[in-house]
Amino acid sequence: MTQISVRDVWKEYGEQVVLERINLEIAPRSFVALVGPSGCGKTTFLRMLLSQEVPTRGDILIDGVPISPEPGPDRGVVFQRYSVFPHLTVLGNVLLGAELKGGGVLGRLFGTARRQAKEEAAKLLDAVGLSHALDKYPAQLSGGMQQRLALAQALIAKPKVLLLDEPFGALDPGIRGDVHKLMRKLWHEHPMSVVMVTHDLSEAFHLGTRVIAFDRRRNLPEERLRYGASITNDIEVWPRRVAGNPGFGKDPNPPRRDDPATVDGQPDRDDPADAA
Amino acid sequence: MRLINRRPDRTSWMLLAALPFVAVLIAYALGSAVRLAENPSDKLLPGLTSFVDAIDRMAFTPDKRTGDILLWLDTGTSLMRLAAGIAIAAAGGLLVGLAAGLLPYVRATLAPFVTVVSMVPPLAVLPILFIMVGLGEASKITLIVVGVLPCLIRDLMLKIDDLPRQQLIKAQTLGANSWTIAIRVVLPQILPRLIDSIRLNLGPAWLFLISAEAIASESGLGYRIFLVRRYLAMDVILPYVAWITLLCFLMDLGLRVLQRRAFPWFEDARAGS
Repeated sequence: MTQISVRDVWKEYGEQVVLERINLEIAPRSFVALVGPSGCGKTTFLRMLLSQEVPTRGDILIDGVPISPEPGPDRGVVFQRYSVFPHLTVLGNVLLGAELKGGGVLGRLFGTARRQAKEEAAKLLDAVGLSHALDKYPAQLSGGMQQRLALAQALIAKPKVLLLDEPFGALDPGIRGDVHKLMRKLWHEHPMSVVMVTHDLSEAFHLGTRVIAFDRRRNLPEERLRYGASITNDIEVWPRRVAGNPGFGKDPNPPRRDDPATVDGQPDRDDPADAA
Repeated sequence: MRLINRRPDRTSWMLLAALPFVAVLIAYALGSAVRLAENPSDKLLPGLTSFVDAIDRMAFTPDKRTGDILLWLDTGTSLMRLAAGIAIAAAGGLLVGLAAGLLPYVRATLAPFVTVVSMVPPLAVLPILFIMVGLGEASKITLIVVGVLPCLIRDLMLKIDDLPRQQLIKAQTLGANSWTIAIRVVLPQILPRLIDSIRLNLGPAWLFLISAEAIASESGLGYRIFLVRRYLAMDVILPYVAWITLLCFLMDLGLRVLQRRAFPWFEDARAGS
């Protein structure tokens, strides 16, 4: 189980304070959505979780241990673009995760190990609905397919935390709905926490268990340089979503459109006969 | 219709493409005819028959003194020098470019030095090469390497910079180390770009080759045209120039085909990014 703790983190670029006093505890198996206006530092925050950037002050811990100062296999990532490798096929892209991890000096697997890794990769690709495109190159895929591929590729490394940087921002609305469904399914099935940056509020509430808003508390022109953004809202999404339990909190027999209104699942009919 | 929207169809496209070539040929034939009418032994613009004679003499008849067929001898030695020079430059460029492009410590050490070295005019160091490595094959190959290598290194470093930063981050989250990133992520993406780079450097490589051959050599395409220049043998020089151009064109074409065959993903990926 993966607890992420962020303790009094600041990020400054020279004079410019970007983020200040960020304190956050993320419970295991959460799906946290980070929202906020552009330039509020939410992507910077995600990059610090990824160790692409280092906090100026403060600590970030996973399960009580400070994160490594460089990106590593405990934290997977899907970016908005350029997450997949253009020189590898769809299968090759997912296989690469297994090969880099277990392939030794050559970064390649052979024989039985390769066959097993291939099966695992094919299974993941099946789960994201790309089993028909195993031999295609990323440039031949649509944007939505590329992002599904990026998800499968990140998942084969079995990360404790999956970081998503506006992963669905560039997709058409219709495709985005499909990928949302997939994303929720993957979160239920894989034992990981997810932290997602998005500028789309409905997406945040649609997928997350918790929505965290970043904003600048002081935003006058003369204050902007020395005051960074911090967490302004921390909202638990209701009804609650529970990882691994897609049906949680849902009525197994939801009323149909023309059914009478109900209270606590009981028919609420003002039939005098019932009252008697 | 606006001019920018008018497009030639396929036939006219080919006719238009052929037009400048035909125009040059006609201009040459006219000039040659005029000069030959005035002076039948004119050497500057020889007629078709002189060319046929010269080509027959150079390309199909063994030389009386040595028994070699000169054109093939020259072509063989020149291509050997060129191939050796380009191969060494490509291998070195790949190695240094990859190391300097990926490792900040190597970059800090080498990038300024390579930049300065690439500013040295290669022909200016040719005398130094002749003094240091002698007049043999080594000096000619070294000149090509000296001229092409710094450009290849700088170009590959820039190409590695152009790879999206996200890819390197992503590879690290998949458990790669610096070495596996180099061989599994960066090298395969750099190879097709190296081919582009070599294509652009073919012209300079030929330039260095012909210069070196012109100054000190005993065979080679460049040696030959500078040798027969003394006799105003335009009937030999012009076919040699055409032959060199053809070789250059074929090498470029070959590299392009190799790039398409060996890296089928590259064209789409380049168009998409």
